[in-house]
Amino acid sequence: MNTVADRLRPLTGHRLFWPALVLVVMIAANTVYRPGFLAVEVKNGHLYGTPVDILRLSAPLILVALGMTLVIATGGIDLSVGSLCAISGAIACLHISGAADQNSPATVATALALAFGAALVLGAWNGVLVAVIGIQPIIATLILMVAGRGIAQLVTEGQIITINSGPYRAIGLGSFLTLPLAILIALAAALLVAAFTRRTALGLIVESVGGNAEASRLAGIRSRRVVFLVYVVSAACAALAGFMVTANVSSADGNAAGLWIELDAILAVVIGGTSLAGGRFSLSGTVLGALIIQTLTTTVYAMNISPQTSLLFKAVVVIAVCLVQAPAFRARFRRRRRGVEPGPAAPQREKEQVPA
Amino acid sequence: MTGDRPVLTMTGISKTFPGVRALHDVDFRLFPGEVHALMGENGAGKSTLIKVLTGVYGTDAGTVTLDGEQVSFTGPMQAAAAGVSTVYQEVNLCTNLSVAENIFIGREPRRLGAVRWGEMRRRARDLLARLDLDLDVSAQLGTFSLAVQQMVAIARAIDVRARVLILDEPTSSLDAGEVAQLFRIMRQLRDEGIAILFVTHFLDQVYGIADRITVLRNGALVGEYRTGELPQFSLVEKMIGQELDVLERLDEQQKRATVALDGQAPLVDAEEVGRRGAVAPFSLRIHAGEVVGLAGLLGSGRTEVARLIFGADRADHGQVRTDGARSPLRTPIHAIDQGIGFCSENRRAEGIVPELSVRENMILAMQAARGWLRPIPRRRQDELVQKYVEALSIRPANPELPVRNLSGGNQQKVLLARWLITEPRLLILDEPTRGIDVGAKAEIQKLVVQLSDGGMAVLFISAELEEVLRLSHRVAVMRDREMVAQLTNDDTLDADRVMRTIASGTPREEVTR
Ligand SMILES: Nc1ncnc2c1ncn2[C@@H]1O[C@H](COP(=O)(O)OP(=O)(O)OP(=O)(O)O)[C@@H](O)[C@H]1O
Ligand SMILES: [Mg+2]
Repeated sequence: MNTVADRLRPLTGHRLFWPALVLVVMIAANTVYRPGFLAVEVKNGHLYGTPVDILRLSAPLILVALGMTLVIATGGIDLSVGSLCAISGAIACLHISGAADQNSPATVATALALAFGAALVLGAWNGVLVAVIGIQPIIATLILMVAGRGIAQLVTEGQIITINSGPYRAIGLGSFLTLPLAILIALAAALLVAAFTRRTALGLIVESVGGNAEASRLAGIRSRRVVFLVYVVSAACAALAGFMVTANVSSADGNAAGLWIELDAILAVVIGGTSLAGGRFSLSGTVLGALIIQTLTTTVYAMNISPQTSLLFKAVVVIAVCLVQAPAFRARFRRRRRGVEPGPAAPQREKEQVPA
Repeated sequence: MTGDRPVLTMTGISKTFPGVRALHDVDFRLFPGEVHALMGENGAGKSTLIKVLTGVYGTDAGTVTLDGEQVSFTGPMQAAAAGVSTVYQEVNLCTNLSVAENIFIGREPRRLGAVRWGEMRRRARDLLARLDLDLDVSAQLGTFSLAVQQMVAIARAIDVRARVLILDEPTSSLDAGEVAQLFRIMRQLRDEGIAILFVTHFLDQVYGIADRITVLRNGALVGEYRTGELPQFSLVEKMIGQELDVLERLDEQQKRATVALDGQAPLVDAEEVGRRGAVAPFSLRIHAGEVVGLAGLLGSGRTEVARLIFGADRADHGQVRTDGARSPLRTPIHAIDQGIGFCSENRRAEGIVPELSVRENMILAMQAARGWLRPIPRRRQDELVQKYVEALSIRPANPELPVRNLSGGNQQKVLLARWLITEPRLLILDEPTRGIDVGAKAEIQKLVVQLSDGGMAVLFISAELEEVLRLSHRVAVMRDREMVAQLTNDDTLDADRVMRTIASGTPREEVTR
């Protein structure tokens, strides 16, 4: 048995092993519960089926979580992304609803540009608060998290703006080469962010700032610029997600759009193996994490679990995922099996940190 | 002096990290009332042995007995409760808490559950007084220098009524005075019957205090010896496993010929630079190819001078100019752009990025200077890293390991490489040989000489006066946060004269150039 475990070590040691395993287990459980779960069919050139829905619905979360990954890697956090979703969706819908021809691509393009620009400005605001003024990220972004809902309400004048725009709806519901357009956009964004960070030195610099800010400063890294930049990127991702969320329902609701998405995004990042303490980040892990959360949400709906218990159910799964990923927990578990007494202090080991 | 039954024995200890065999079948014993030096090169496994003993790491094989009973600690707290008190190599205190809190954290004096702050501060003051240290114990620890932090860690360890005291390189950033004070206390504790395990790379300290020596090499036990029966050269041979002539050269103590600077413009010109509360305004000119040493006692302001020149702290008086810069230097980025590098003494807080690999840590400064849009091609990175891993003999020689997995001395070498890679015109080295073993230290000193011969200027700070005198062309002396003299390092200058200047030197004595 030991030899099998040893041979699997390179696999189980891989950063993405645990999140991937959880996803597979969840899909397997769903398939057992509902044999038709994995069924996919083609109707008028579109793919239909639960897996396709999961992919489509996870797109906004993937987007938000990508930006969140970079923010968290610098040791920060961005609580304002949900409000940013609402604001960008509201601005886009407002512009479209006021246009003569809601289906004109030019109208939609202007709407997107306006909303995107607004989101960048708000992201820059976050960036200035954190990087220039030096406010703690959780407080700095809390400001916009709260105030942002108000801004969204102002934009929509407290109403739900309904639109009827084909091109805009396509962002959420359209498909391209039989695949949902939303997931393609999200994956393109993921590739773009990956190229942006890994093909340049940005990723290294972000990880270095998150790993040891003072050492990075003394090595000549312009930490402030980097921190500023990640909040802007996060806002840009949130804006895209806001378009999708509002396009899905062809309406902008300043209260409901993107509600609590920041929490799901933070979860996705953590499940994907990026530490909240900052430092090393994994974009592919984040994408997996977002898929896990969306699968979980869909599962809960499909199983007809009542909304109250569904949150609890979600919490239990998330705790489990985080536990299996924690080295301290796994070490303890392994030692038990070998029959060596684990001391009572074993789980605290990580905290005690006595390096080199 | 030594008791006849060991208080602590470790038998057959093995510990393997992924890809690295840190300890292999090591035996170790410690008698009551002895100071026992644990010796070995960087990465030999000294710190690992200590961490296995105190339960920071589990073992793969082997047993530990304390007073004849088998024990297996699960962490430093439990070990301390059983009477094994440890100061780890990297000072591991909370810089945002006060000095007193750091000393008593986890065992605060209490009455009815409430912490007795007054009592705690009083006891902290008494304790530090034993170490000859007079500090404001309610000040944040982070406001003090690394050396003071190290002393606070020691104070914490000796206050625990322990039977075994473990000190992993406690003296690495201390000056002669503090070392003497520490040794006085160690002798006192030893005479009370406490067993002390002591790790250091300073051979004279070993011969000054240790009763017995255990040598490790590459994770294996070489042997256990009485200090009196092991001459210094054979100790070194046992540590490195071969005879090495670098060390003989190290003893030669040749003076450096003074560089001819006739009329040459200074590379860096610090004019009346100062910062309130850190260091009084000083002027210092450094020329290409010149090594300027900074001498002074703990807290005399050496590090502060370095930080002001580099722009790590902002000067509130005067300015630093380089020949190339249009405006005075103000931030590290400015300084780096002008070809200045600064290797901090505090490698854990200001040096390494622990999670990043050795390679990433090494190229960090160069990459920062290029900006994020121009990544260094991977092939070039590998070449550079390969070159310095070899030049500084960094072990294990695997550039993809996270730097936190390296031993303390090897981390130090990685930092040095980070700055060497940038090929600076002025390299500021604050305690660059801190925690580095004898062989590597000689190599680094040789490197400094070579680089300065090649035209690089160096500002060299070290608590070891001989090292400063061996390498410098000029020595600037600091006292009480003031630069009191700049001495040309000619035949008349020796450690004695520098010490006298430190102690009493008339301000601005013999200001050269
Ligand atoms: N947590 C770790 N993970 C992986 N390897 C480690 C870890 N800690 C130590 N090592 C490796 O174990 C070996 C022994 O390291 P150790 O820190 O014990 O050396 P040392 O003798 O204390 O050296 P130094 O004089 O530099 O402090 C080194 O090769 C080091 O790279
Ligand atoms: Mg060590």
